[in-house]
Amino acid sequence: MENQGEIEKMKFDITLTISLKEGMLDPEAAAIQNAITNLGYATESIRTARLYRIRLDAPDKKAAREMAVKMCERLLANPVIHRYEIEVS
Amino acid sequence: MRFGVVQFGGSNCDRDVVHVLSEVCGVDTDLIWYKERLKKHYDAVILPGGFSYGDYLRAGAIAARTPIMNDILKHSAKGGLVLGICNGAQILAESGLVPGVFTMNAYPKFICKWVHLRVVTAASPFTAGYRTGDVIRLPIAHAEGRYVAPAETIASLNKEGRIAFRFCDEKGRVTEASNPNGATENITGVLSEQGNVLAMMPHPERASEDVLGSCDGKTIFDSMIHHIERKA
Repeated sequence: MENQGEIEKMKFDITLTISLKEGMLDPEAAAIQNAITNLGYATESIRTARLYRIRLDAPDKKAAREMAVKMCERLLANPVIHRYEIEVS
Repeated sequence: MRFGVVQFGGSNCDRDVVHVLSEVCGVDTDLIWYKERLKKHYDAVILPGGFSYGDYLRAGAIAARTPIMNDILKHSAKGGLVLGICNGAQILAESGLVPGVFTMNAYPKFICKWVHLRVVTAASPFTAGYRTGDVIRLPIAHAEGRYVAPAETIASLNKEGRIAFRFCDEKGRVTEASNPNGATENITGVLSEQGNVLAMMPHPERASEDVLGSCDGKTIFDSMIHHIERKA
């Protein structure tokens, strides 16, 4: 059947990485670094981040990325303390 | 006069606040399940402490995006009073009703203890019953209470008299040692631009009866009641 005006959607896999902005205190990482040091591993620095893998339908890659940006700005990241990176494939 | 206390899944100080308002302060108070939205006119809405949505994502982040928050935004835009206590404060910051964020304590553990606070301004509907500079004693109970905001926000909060409380020692000195969670400039109570919204980490409802060891917190509820009476 012919596609009658309906925008065809494709599946995209999005990886969102939300991390604390440069210079923001990362108390969880400090506690983890202590534990890592106790295990005998010397580390210069440790920073934590949260990673989301999202699969969604979108008309194109650009639209998928735009959705991801909105998700970060409206919920997943707090702009006061976070930065985010988006990968779309 | 009517107060509303919003109950989210995971709120656990909601009934304490209702008890203090209705039994100790003697004002009509409704406990409002968040899905019921704000159906009546309320003079003041209180977001109580607890662990809404299990603190998933960030404390207060998910509750801040529930439909009842649209009602609370409208209520505050009309000048209605909003008080957020502990998890309620985190929700207010996440919803943008006050600037900044209450995030993980500098030492990342849950802290539950009595602290001293310095009343930074008595010029608000919530603090009018104190005198500026008063030192009060309230309990805190949180793991995500460290106030963080951009330097320019902190500067304007200072300039506009929008810092309600700072952690201090028993003599009222704002020191690093008296800052339990690493909050920027010991800040633990922030007012909105119009002054009708207060977000605070300490629990005034746990210090509103002699039997609880302190009545210092009751002044906040009394100040709100007095403010509403004067407006009427």
